[in-house]
Amino acid sequence: MVTPILPLKLDAVEVTRRGKRLLGPISLTLQGDGLTILMGPNGSGKTTLLRSMHGLERISAGRVTWQCDAVAARPHQSFVFQTPTMMRRSVLDSIAYPLRLIGRGKAEARKAAAGWAERVGLSAVMERPAHVLSGGEKQKLALARALIRDPQILFLDEPCANLDGHAIREIEAILHDIRAAGTRIVMSTHDIGQARRLADDVLFLYRGQKHETAPRDNFFNAPETDEVRAFLKGDLVV
Amino acid sequence: MNDILQGLAEAARLTVTLDATLVDITLRSLQVSLTATVIAAAIGLPFGALLAINRFPRRRLVIAILNALMGLPPVVVGLLVYIMLSRAGPLGVLGLLFTPTAMIIAQVIIITPLIASIAHQAMRDLWADYHDLLISLHTTKRQRIRALLWDGRRALLTAALAGFGRAIGEVGAIMIVGGNIDNVTRVLTTAIALETGKGDFGLALALGFVLIALAILVNLVMHVLSRTERDSRW
Ligand SMILES: Nc1ncnc2c1ncn2[C@@H]1O[C@H](COP(=O)(O)OP(=O)(O)OP(=O)(O)O)[C@@H](O)[C@H]1O
Ligand SMILES: [Mg+2]
Repeated sequence: MVTPILPLKLDAVEVTRRGKRLLGPISLTLQGDGLTILMGPNGSGKTTLLRSMHGLERISAGRVTWQCDAVAARPHQSFVFQTPTMMRRSVLDSIAYPLRLIGRGKAEARKAAAGWAERVGLSAVMERPAHVLSGGEKQKLALARALIRDPQILFLDEPCANLDGHAIREIEAILHDIRAAGTRIVMSTHDIGQARRLADDVLFLYRGQKHETAPRDNFFNAPETDEVRAFLKGDLVV
Repeated sequence: MNDILQGLAEAARLTVTLDATLVDITLRSLQVSLTATVIAAAIGLPFGALLAINRFPRRRLVIAILNALMGLPPVVVGLLVYIMLSRAGPLGVLGLLFTPTAMIIAQVIIITPLIASIAHQAMRDLWADYHDLLISLHTTKRQRIRALLWDGRRALLTAALAGFGRAIGEVGAIMIVGGNIDNVTRVLTTAIALETGKGDFGLALALGFVLIALAILVNLVMHVLSRTERDSRW
């Protein structure tokens, strides 16, 4: 049995760059399962918050704590970046790479990677250089690469931004499945329909602050703040 | 004008018949510059990669020095190596002056900064690209360096080739430390200088053709490498 790394606690976390506070102070707790959607206008701090949780962002104040030691928690987290990085390798080897890093043999890692490529719909392009993939295919590769180590928590930063409607449904189905299998998901999106379909609860960021948090139905049917009401109507919120 | 035409004809004859002197000088040139390139690459490539990944105090200063060293005039390098290796110098006991080894030492000094600097730039760009992913995947420092070196291997080869190109065409330093001794330290560039001085344009031009052919070859390979690098980036 793997040691559980959740809940994740943020305690008055702040991110400041060049004297400007980009995020926080934010305090929140992520329990062991479910799917949290981050919403908010461009520049509201969604990416910064996700990166802070994952330990990629230098935090200026506050604390991020996991159930276990922070270093021990690292291998059980995965992150899909807003602009996914493509290594100079084939699609298959790119997906296999995280397994190779933890010492799995080449054949075993490639076999697992082929399974994931199939699942995200990349089996036809497995032998191509990752770099020549289309934007949407790159997103799928990044998702497969993030899932291959079977993380306890998955951070997704607008994973469907470049996908067509069909691919979005495929990805959503996968997210639905892995969530049901117990993977904690935190995901940012600008797609209100997608948030409605996937979210258990929503965290609305506004100017780097936790502006409103609510279970899905409350958030969409009975928003508490003017900013969320305007945002849901599609009005400009700045 | 007539001299030059005669020279061209003579050059063609020497090249086609694989004249022994021509072949001997060409092989020595290749031996010296290839050895220098291998040594310089072994030092410069990992150094460039480390410089890209590691954050340490005075890193910027080291990079600035590296870039300045790239511009070292070969003649000055030759002079310094000469002083070190001359009988009265600190390394005089080794008796290396006027040997191919002395020429290799001088060329290593000249091209290592060049190779390290090109490698550093390539590794820095790749690292900027890979940084978040490799940190997120919880890689060890060793795994990071390995990923960079492997995925950037074409750029690293280009760096080494650039070093070789500079070494094979260099004349100032090896003239001083090698002495241009017939059958011992005479290489393409120094032989050209000598034969030109003597007015023997035939051999000089033939040697020149070989040198140009080598330079073109190196540049072609570099071009192909950097194009595949850009097109498919792997
Ligand atoms: N290193 C940095 N230095 C200065 N400002 C930064 C830095 N990184 C991010 N920012 C700023 O922080 C703010 C929040 O950025 P963030 O990327 O978290 O927003 P976001 O909610 O993800 O936006 P989007 O919806 O466009 O992806 C932005 O105004 C951005 O310009
Ligand atoms: Mg963002």
